[in-house]
Amino acid sequence: MERTGQPGEMLRAEELVYEYHRYDEEGRETEATRAVDNVSLHVEKGEFVAILGHNGSGKSTLAKHINAILTPTGGTVWVGGKDTGKEENLWEIRQSAGMVFQNPDNQIIGTVVEEDVGFGPENMGVPTKEIWERVEESLKAVDMLKYRHHSPNKLSGGQKQRVAIAGVVAMHPQCIVLDEPTAMLDPNGRREVIRAVRALNQVEEITVILITHYMEEVIHADRVFVMDSGRVVMEGTPREIFSRVEELKSYRLDVPQATLLAWELKKAGVNLPDGILSREELVEALCQLS
Amino acid sequence: MIRDITLGQYYPADSILHKLDPRVKLVTTLVFLTALFLVSSWWGYLAATLFLAWVIRLSKVPFKFMIRGLKAIIMILMITVVFNLFLTPGERVLVQFWKLQITDTGLRTAAFMAVRLIYLIIGSSVMTLTTTPNDLTDGMERLLSPLKKLRVPVHEISMMMSIALRFIPILMEETDKIMKAQMARGADFEHGNLMQKARNLVPLLVPLFISAFQRAHDLAMAMEARCYRGGEGRTKMKPLAYQRRDYAAYGAAVCFLAVIIAVRVVV
Repeated sequence: MERTGQPGEMLRAEELVYEYHRYDEEGRETEATRAVDNVSLHVEKGEFVAILGHNGSGKSTLAKHINAILTPTGGTVWVGGKDTGKEENLWEIRQSAGMVFQNPDNQIIGTVVEEDVGFGPENMGVPTKEIWERVEESLKAVDMLKYRHHSPNKLSGGQKQRVAIAGVVAMHPQCIVLDEPTAMLDPNGRREVIRAVRALNQVEEITVILITHYMEEVIHADRVFVMDSGRVVMEGTPREIFSRVEELKSYRLDVPQATLLAWELKKAGVNLPDGILSREELVEALCQLS
Repeated sequence: MIRDITLGQYYPADSILHKLDPRVKLVTTLVFLTALFLVSSWWGYLAATLFLAWVIRLSKVPFKFMIRGLKAIIMILMITVVFNLFLTPGERVLVQFWKLQITDTGLRTAAFMAVRLIYLIIGSSVMTLTTTPNDLTDGMERLLSPLKKLRVPVHEISMMMSIALRFIPILMEETDKIMKAQMARGADFEHGNLMQKARNLVPLLVPLFISAFQRAHDLAMAMEARCYRGGEGRTKMKPLAYQRRDYAAYGAAVCFLAVIIAVRVVV
């Protein structure tokens, strides 16, 4: 099935299914786990989309489909109008949809920061002079230019993750998929990384697909998908999603503290609006009460 | 403790030797090492000493770093000297006790061997001290690239080497962490005989291997996600290109070799 896709469309998945198979010594199948179960979604160019879910909800498996690291067991994924299941599209898709992984140590290849950022463009066969330009602009975009000659081993977790993001940006992708980029970082590192990601989305207009289980990180997203046991169970703006506290709790997800407090207050009879996201909003709403 | 071990012994400094193309340094070191085996007289060693002293001065690396490498071979050095000293037959016997004797030839051979070994080590130290491991792998990849025609996976080998270099400090840290974790649970890495000690290493090695494989898997995925598909069609961010100083260095190496050969022929 070939489709060209609408001009503004970055990603479309239709009835996507992915199964992990486990075999015993004789090659008989002992177990099949459906990690992604009949997921359909689409993302426009320039959007900031967050995918939420607890461990084992299938969100990482879904992410790996966008970069064509995994190919669907059933259904189809199109990235920029290209079918990820087709071998000939592989490198183009990997270039247009970059991927940042969870562990910062296990995705940095170079022994010097700038060499690592240059790794992607080198693989793509970009001429030497342009590699240097790309490296410089990408390091600048994540505010890591002054560390260009450092060894990655001497950087903090947040800095390493920003180098990894720069490495993807240097490939000039249309879309960046971040698979729990902050899971191994301290709160400061988390803030650094999210700030860099938002800047890329707003300034460079790169589509961002952020996979996470930290609620605070999704409040800036345009749209949020919530996944549970391989299915997309909720979809909407952060405000819509976080006004459904009970439902989120049933998927074993937390809500941001301010939202939770507002919800509890409302349940106790205080007259507050739905979907409060930040402390400032909560303060504002409480002050409005007479 | 375990973290202090560093692979390669690069000494950062701003010298002409540091700036030379790694290929030049590899070839020149090879020339120097070969030349040492051609030396057969004190005049030859004088030439080698002068050349080595000149290069060391150019490198701006403190001399004590140069001789640090000698510590590793001190046993081999002693054994070589002792064997050559006592077991070489010669015309004139200088000292004799019991069945051992020191002859004039023995003395000469022992001294020659000692100087040769020391110069071999210092000579290669000059290269490793002035070249980053990454440059070395790069230089080796380019020098060996003719072997590609013989289907030797030169690019893959050098990629593996540079990844190994990147991960050694990470795995060191991990070893340290696992060691502490196991020690906190009562593991003993220090006591017992050799067999017991070896057996005690199992709880350290098993988690280390598992984690190394996990890392390898993650890294392979990250590399593929960044469009890595082998050396084919790849461009270089830092391509190696010879400068004028590199040709000058080749010239110096050739001159040195000529002098050594001349001395061997004349003396």
